[in-house]
Amino acid sequence: MKKLTVSASPHVRSPKTVPGIMLDVIIALVPALIASVVLFGFRSLLVTAVCVVSCIASEYIARKIMKRDNTIGDLSAIVTGMLLAFNLPVSIPLWMCVVGSVFAIVVVKQFFGGIGQNFVNPAIGGRIMMLVSFASAMTDWTAPLEWFKNGGIDAMSTATPLASLTANGDYSSLPSLLDMFLGVRGGCLGETCALALILGGIYLVARRVIKPVIPLCFIGTVAVIMLIAGKGDFEFMLYEVLSGGLLIGAIFMATDYATSPLTTKGKIIFAVGCGVITSVIRLFANLPEGVSYSIIIMNILVPHIESITRPRPFGAEKEKKEKKKEEAAS
Amino acid sequence: MSKISDGILKAVKQVKGGVLVDHHKDTKDMATVRITPPERVILPMQQHIGAPCVPVVRVGDHVDVGQLIADSDKYVSAPIHASISGKVTSVADVKVANGRMVPAVTIENDGEMTLFEGIAPPTVNNKEDLIKAIRNSGLVGLGGAGFPSHVKFNLPEDKEIDTLVINAAECEPFITVDYRECIENTRNIVDGVYLLKKILGFKNIIIAVEDNKPDAIKILKEIADSHEDNVVKVMTLKSKYPQGAEKMMVQSATGRIVPMGKLPADVGCVVANVGSVAFIARHVRTGRPIISRTLTVSGSAIANPMNVRVPIGIEASKVIEFCGGFKKEPVKIIAGGPMMGTALIDTDVPILKSNNALLAFADEVVTNKKERACIHCGRCVDACPMSLIPTDIEAMAMNKDAESLIKAGIMGCMECGSCAFSCPAGKPLVQYMRLGKDVVREAGAKK
Repeated sequence: MKKLTVSASPHVRSPKTVPGIMLDVIIALVPALIASVVLFGFRSLLVTAVCVVSCIASEYIARKIMKRDNTIGDLSAIVTGMLLAFNLPVSIPLWMCVVGSVFAIVVVKQFFGGIGQNFVNPAIGGRIMMLVSFASAMTDWTAPLEWFKNGGIDAMSTATPLASLTANGDYSSLPSLLDMFLGVRGGCLGETCALALILGGIYLVARRVIKPVIPLCFIGTVAVIMLIAGKGDFEFMLYEVLSGGLLIGAIFMATDYATSPLTTKGKIIFAVGCGVITSVIRLFANLPEGVSYSIIIMNILVPHIESITRPRPFGAEKEKKEKKKEEAAS
Repeated sequence: MSKISDGILKAVKQVKGGVLVDHHKDTKDMATVRITPPERVILPMQQHIGAPCVPVVRVGDHVDVGQLIADSDKYVSAPIHASISGKVTSVADVKVANGRMVPAVTIENDGEMTLFEGIAPPTVNNKEDLIKAIRNSGLVGLGGAGFPSHVKFNLPEDKEIDTLVINAAECEPFITVDYRECIENTRNIVDGVYLLKKILGFKNIIIAVEDNKPDAIKILKEIADSHEDNVVKVMTLKSKYPQGAEKMMVQSATGRIVPMGKLPADVGCVVANVGSVAFIARHVRTGRPIISRTLTVSGSAIANPMNVRVPIGIEASKVIEFCGGFKKEPVKIIAGGPMMGTALIDTDVPILKSNNALLAFADEVVTNKKERACIHCGRCVDACPMSLIPTDIEAMAMNKDAESLIKAGIMGCMECGSCAFSCPAGKPLVQYMRLGKDVVREAGAKK
């Protein structure tokens, strides 16, 4: 008989693995990738490929330089690359994609210890750095479904619906709500098609990769605030929900494990916070869009949310009671 | 004990956490087979939680089946009896399942299986009699933990204990010992239940089963209905690991929460394994001590998986041989269930009173995941039935931060393995929990 394996219990493990989970996220992003090609042409594939390759390469090189084990096998760099690409306009110069990817992986993720240790979402960190550094290239929106008309040589510029959206205003200059749902509007290449993003979200929930609590609370909070702000204007609320990066942010970015709270209670606080900040930025701040900023602000608050939502161990006394007892004893 | 439908209770409160593990109860329809007595048995002096026993026999002595061979004068301990008749050939250290060396008595079989003449049914009229009888029988909790039963049933006078929860949940995969006990030993279970009720005066008796065992539920329901006093009730639990854990069981049955660091008795409950209850009835009827037990032998490497009745002290290799040996090269052999059992170094170790399974795996089930960095996904938090945060505890254990560990509730961890089972990063979280407990104990010792 060969030597037997001796290890600590448990001797069975669930089939879920880190690469498996990341693969599920990649699969969930595929519908949005397909939609981006249909809407904005094959350049969106190129942008995505450049981001993914630079993310993988910078993770590999950074780990090598830091003399740490190679982690590209966990597939998380691919997810970061795809998410970053989906948050860029299709016309973005490719070298900027490389700069953003390197920043996301090296500065935001690896400097803090790699997967699971980063305190803000790498893709959002990369995107915000690019927004600040390359403001005009990052807000140069291409009109959808124009690319095959003239071979993509002269891409037509357009504005995002968010820029011209006001409550109880005239919506005739905006794409129809159906177009908004299908993604036929200006915007980042992966964020526009609500249908594809929701399909991906349903897949993630069905595969138990994410719980629906963060997307629902985030989107729900924005919807409620916009309904109040629009004094009951239902159409305005729907435009707000379908525009900008709300869906991709709520489904794919705010649900990032490392940068969201562990407990359901914490997740609710986190998601409602994201929704409130997004709404406040959209309604009052001098910025066109607030999803990325809201998520990054709430990311930073996660440790505090965790400390107030820590579950009480089974059978442990309430802390207040303990304090009272100690006071009584002394 | 509110919702009664069809006379069967549902859990008062659903237990938080837990994991869904494949049941693999392949041997559930196989009647228990009695093994041919082996040529020798090895009886370690430590088969229970508490003080080890001291041998009362010497090399060369002849012993009969059921004769006392070791005892202890400590309270928390359980005596050990000869499981075959024959000659004591050695009193020396042997290797047991966890790899430790423990003093043990080895008996060479004379092939006679002569029953010890001193065996007589005890007279049980009151609590003292019962506790004495249980102690003399050498019974320890047959569910796996091996806590001396006479200590458990010696209910403290200053606490009002009103509820007996009989654990037939058997939430570990593969094991079908308790299930077979329900099917084959119904009479003893009934007798045991009513004996304990009569002597110890329980007001409620709840038999808890997971809902994946309809046959057992039916039989237990008949037990519950066999007396008109309506004290015994059957409760079904969702088939979710670890429903059979003591504190979880108390919560399901009564809604009471056992405080951290306390016992079920502190909230008026006693939890006993169904096999232990049946054994008590048999012992009171026959006077026979615990000298044999049922094991589930299963797993992908075993040729003929089955439930087998073996004498205590038989070597694991002999049991596997009886079950047709290995059909595939075993990679891992486990004494106990796959969630909490101990991996064996080799198969020449003896079967103890508290072993309920012997599982051998060729590969697929036991392949360990590659360990990666924690991705903070929260699966361990969702899985922990004690509402702990295993991923945080890992960091505290590595930093040897005893104060934070205590605050995080580490001492409540029962090492059920749900966290490590569900971890996608393949972290050996149970080991970190044990490490954390050691850190706390060390810090306590320094003070």
